[in-house]
Amino acid sequence: MTKAKTTITDQPVTATGTETWQPRILVFACNWCSYAGADTAGVGRMEHEPHFRMIRVMCSGRIQPAFVLKAFEKGADGVLVSGCHFGDCHYIFGNERAVEQFDKTMNMVKLLGIEPGRLRLEWISAAEGIRFAEIINEFTEQVRQLGPSPLSSKRLDDLRIEEEIDG
Amino acid sequence: MAELAAIAQDTRAWACYDCGKCTATCPLVRAGARYSPRRHVLATNQGKRPANSGEGTLFDCLTCKLCDTRCPVGVEYTELVLKLRELAHRDGVEVECPHGGALQSAMRIMAKGEMAQDRLGWLEADMLTEPDEGELFLWTGCTMYYDAFFPEFEMDSIAGTKAAVRLLNKLGIAPVVSPDERCCGHDLLWNGDVKHFEMLARHNVKLVEASGADTLVVPCAECLRTFKRDYGPFFSGKKPRMLHLTEFLSENLDKLPMTNGASQRVTYQDPCRLGRHLGVYDAPRAVLNAVPGLELAEMRHHGSASTCCAGGTWSNCDRYSKQIQVNRLREARQTMAPVMVTACPKCQVHFKCAMQDPNLKDEITIELRDVAEIIAASLE
Repeated sequence: MTKAKTTITDQPVTATGTETWQPRILVFACNWCSYAGADTAGVGRMEHEPHFRMIRVMCSGRIQPAFVLKAFEKGADGVLVSGCHFGDCHYIFGNERAVEQFDKTMNMVKLLGIEPGRLRLEWISAAEGIRFAEIINEFTEQVRQLGPSPLSSKRLDDLRIEEEIDG
Repeated sequence: MAELAAIAQDTRAWACYDCGKCTATCPLVRAGARYSPRRHVLATNQGKRPANSGEGTLFDCLTCKLCDTRCPVGVEYTELVLKLRELAHRDGVEVECPHGGALQSAMRIMAKGEMAQDRLGWLEADMLTEPDEGELFLWTGCTMYYDAFFPEFEMDSIAGTKAAVRLLNKLGIAPVVSPDERCCGHDLLWNGDVKHFEMLARHNVKLVEASGADTLVVPCAECLRTFKRDYGPFFSGKKPRMLHLTEFLSENLDKLPMTNGASQRVTYQDPCRLGRHLGVYDAPRAVLNAVPGLELAEMRHHGSASTCCAGGTWSNCDRYSKQIQVNRLREARQTMAPVMVTACPKCQVHFKCAMQDPNLKDEITIELRDVAEIIAASLE
């Protein structure tokens, strides 16, 4: 129950630093396909955008709306959810659960006014290193076009309000 | 120590004489949970903080306020829980949130963000509303979020919100329905997160004050409790009159042409926030009884003895909550009413969840409707 004091990235947060700004993207990858796909891209020395952090989960069906919303709350500019192709799921139907959870998440994201382009679901198999690199490049570019998440630039204001309340 | 003494003073915990009625009354305990309000009061009086982990912690409390109504010396246990949760949150304790904390995240995003929510997508062409200024403000609450988040229950709590707009239109009022409304912060406050609660409170109060409305009508029991009991310090000028939708309708019953007889039996679930927290028991019953042909059948526990939906603050859900919900739905079925009417969207969420049980489904399923829907249906 202890509060986890983690941030998604150690990159400095600036309110206006658009010249140096790079998106901060969180990628959820399943253990059996997508994570291995990322590995294949690495082993094959494929070049791709580096502005993401990856969290490995056992199955994409585990990725609940809470995970994605927490990422946006903490200031992520984009979230990519990835898993095995249909029919390939290590747990037979885990990725079908992932779709249900993803749809729910997308509903919430749209209501909250976060651009739907900041969230994406993709299937990447262990062999698809090239596809992994392509998707990362494409998604990074998409998020870059959208600009920084309003929630990440709000961090500074947030701190100010905190001081106001404490003092 | 001094802090706990002040809390004991404010909540009258000091007056406890250890009779244990609170524990005997507690719906959780009656469902079999290892939980003791009495021991939390006792610990506070001894200058100790109740444990934050394991079974029977502060965060298990449903905050339904049933024990408060039974306490012979008037200890406000629910207030005590609120204050102690605030201290726990300050020390870094986070609630083990059901739904993984997704709803709390959504609330914090609303608290922080400058994003334009898409919360008025449900408005229909025939509804007359004002976006920012008017005499009457209709606080819609977060029904659209619940419908989006619980598709598996086929939630339609937005129907209550739509009915509320139509009812006000029928009375010749075009209410302010603001696209900038944010979560009232009720759940964050009851989870101890005062910081984000205050951010939401400031925004919402400013919004209502800027509208120039002198009446605030709220169809959600939790939002109303928050506005009336917790937003006090944030209002700068004169507070508007704050009413539950049923209170407002009961004042205007003569102007509502309820011609369409419903000729059905319904039972009414008192939301804990509207009933025990705010003392509104009669208004919803008065409006329901005004519908021609409608018969209101009370459950065994009703009014101030009503059982709550066991999940009010998104901080507590376990097999005991489930048991409470199942018992309550059995009571509802015993009234032989096909419809259970309530005045809080969260009651709908939690009862619908309990009804998913494949073993009990047939015994406990009942149609759930918001009180506004029933009244609006009698007008057409």
